[in-house]
Amino acid sequence: MIDIGLGHYLTLGAVIFSIGVIGIFLNRKNIIVILMSIELILLAVNINLVAFSIYLGDLAGQVFTLFILTVAAAEAAIGLAIIVVYFRNSGTIRVEEIDKLKG
Amino acid sequence: MELSIIFLPLIASIISGFFGKYIGDRNSEIVTSLLVSISALLSIFVLYQVIVNQYEENIVIATWISSGSLDVNWSMLIDPLSAVMLVVVTSVSALVHIYSIGYMSHDPHKPRFMAYLSLFTFAMLMLVTSDNFIQLFFGWEGVGLCSYFLIGFWFKKESANAAAIKAFVVNRVGDFGFALGIFLIFYLFGTVNYSEVFQQIPTVVDKNLSFLGFEVKAIDLICLLLFIGAMGKSAQILLHTWLPDAMEGPTPVSALIHAATMVTAGVFLVVRCSPIYEYSPLILNFITIVGMTTAFFAATVALVQTDIKKIIAYSTCSQLGYMFFAAGVGAYNVAMFHLFTHAFFKALLFLGSGSVIHAFKDEQNINNMGGVWKKLPYTYALMIIGTLALTGFPFLSGFYSKDAIIEFAYLKGNTTGYYAAGIGIITAFLTSIYSWRLIFKTFHGDYNNKEVKIEETHESPLVMLVPLFILSIGAVFAGFLFKGLFIGHGDNLFWAESIKFLEPLSTEHPPLWFLLLTPCLVLVSIPIAYYLFVKNKELPNSIVSINKPLYNFLVNKWYFDELYDVLFIKSSKKLGLFLWKFCDGTIIDGFGPDGISSFIKKCSIKATKFQSGFIYQYAFVMLLGFSALLTFLIVK
Repeated sequence: MIDIGLGHYLTLGAVIFSIGVIGIFLNRKNIIVILMSIELILLAVNINLVAFSIYLGDLAGQVFTLFILTVAAAEAAIGLAIIVVYFRNSGTIRVEEIDKLKG
Repeated sequence: MELSIIFLPLIASIISGFFGKYIGDRNSEIVTSLLVSISALLSIFVLYQVIVNQYEENIVIATWISSGSLDVNWSMLIDPLSAVMLVVVTSVSALVHIYSIGYMSHDPHKPRFMAYLSLFTFAMLMLVTSDNFIQLFFGWEGVGLCSYFLIGFWFKKESANAAAIKAFVVNRVGDFGFALGIFLIFYLFGTVNYSEVFQQIPTVVDKNLSFLGFEVKAIDLICLLLFIGAMGKSAQILLHTWLPDAMEGPTPVSALIHAATMVTAGVFLVVRCSPIYEYSPLILNFITIVGMTTAFFAATVALVQTDIKKIIAYSTCSQLGYMFFAAGVGAYNVAMFHLFTHAFFKALLFLGSGSVIHAFKDEQNINNMGGVWKKLPYTYALMIIGTLALTGFPFLSGFYSKDAIIEFAYLKGNTTGYYAAGIGIITAFLTSIYSWRLIFKTFHGDYNNKEVKIEETHESPLVMLVPLFILSIGAVFAGFLFKGLFIGHGDNLFWAESIKFLEPLSTEHPPLWFLLLTPCLVLVSIPIAYYLFVKNKELPNSIVSINKPLYNFLVNKWYFDELYDVLFIKSSKKLGLFLWKFCDGTIIDGFGPDGISSFIKKCSIKATKFQSGFIYQYAFVMLLGFSALLTFLIVK
């Protein structure tokens, strides 16, 4: 068995982060997927924080993680609420059809 | 008082031109005619003063240019030469103003017309009374401009616009030479004032200049360049093509500008510069040759033209040729005399033809006229007088002046002189033939007009006939009365310093047979013309059909227009098209304004693509930016 060290955790974090990022701009379907991708990015950050916290023996990182989780939950709730409202107004949440920013 | 001669026409022009709308047609006609008539009376008074009291003066009105050694004044030089021109210009102009009231009665733009006429008069007066070459040039261009306005007066007619532009462009060619001449004068003498230039002439007689790689005498070059200007203005051969086309303008304009005054400016210039020309026998010979060629050429063309005004226009061209070869053989006073008499009878002929055209409701083709002499008795009689005077019928004005020209050419005694005299006699004969052809075709024979019934032709109103009548008095008596003064043997007394003769003119008389030759030919030509154009109309037609090529050559005016079309117009059109399409369109616009604007347009079309409105794209760009920034910070 290999030892699972800091590098592996960080790699996992980077992989999840990348999946999140790619998910944001390769996604053509659904705005909820973007929301999920943002969650993934936050999770990647959390993994990093926890990993460094263990590695450095400093609890502050884990405390931060807890805060971030809370914020992420709130953010997900607000985001979903916005999507629901948006769907009511425009009848779609397909990413390709959301280009109102163009003016 | 002298100044009001010049400025009354200008005031008239301003009033009629700018305020014609407010004061009405009738008032602007009255104002312009009145002011110009006053000016005419004043100039007659001035001429009287000059004749009786040897009155001479140079009135400086204002300083115009004072720059370095160049000093130019606005001034009014009164000497015998300009006094004669003053009378010619203002009196013909006043009569034409009055005549126009009748002739233009159906025209909607009367104030504009009168304003142009008065403005022309002003410019012409500036020209003749100048005491330096620059003011002369100002007047020269001013009359050219007014001529352009008036030829194109009926601006809705395309042919009138084309003729106006042609007149302007052809005159530019001459003016270019004239301007170069003035530059050269300033270069050589450091001044442009007549008196100073003429004083210094003897000092540069032997000076040579290199011009276009040739070594030429400076004085010959000056004379040639000035003469090129004169050729353009006076419609001498090669630069004559604009004059017949200028007949597109209203007839009073043809009478005033293209017969009596403006076109004689070239002759005036040569006479005014006689102190220069006297030192250049080469160019004098050249002038003689150009003059006699023009006289002959225009007379032959006039023989076959069918437009009443074009016949008289070519006749003008031909008479101008006479004036030039008179000047060329050194008889400047005779040239002036012919200019003086010609102004009367040619204006008479033009205004008379205007009266005919008016009677036929704007018909100008003499083949569509005929047989109306009983209907237009006054016009007929006056036209006859004009024709007799023009052809040099004994004891009318043309007789004195034209025969004097031929005599002096003969007395010159050199080869060109004899040639000129010979051509002068032939031309006098031709002149007589075409003039009588005009009269017979217009007034005699059968009535040929299909559009206007003979009963509808009518004599012109009094306002048109009175000027004709006054002019006819001039045409009859001007020669007889002024002969002694202008070309009598004591003539230098009258012309004083204004005309210079290096050697006094010959006072001999040519042999008697020579003196009788021209009048005899003129007399003989009347029955010949009557036989050809009234009695036996088949004969001219058969002559034409036998000599078809010659006839075509003459009808097409010696193919000058076609030649110029091939030589200059087509090539310059091509050059113009090339410059327009390629140089201007492709290169300048392509890389300049159009290029830049289309480049910016392309860029901004690309840039708008960034603003897609898709969140994921914005996020992606943000990410890229963020990572780039991060990378930059880390690497740094």
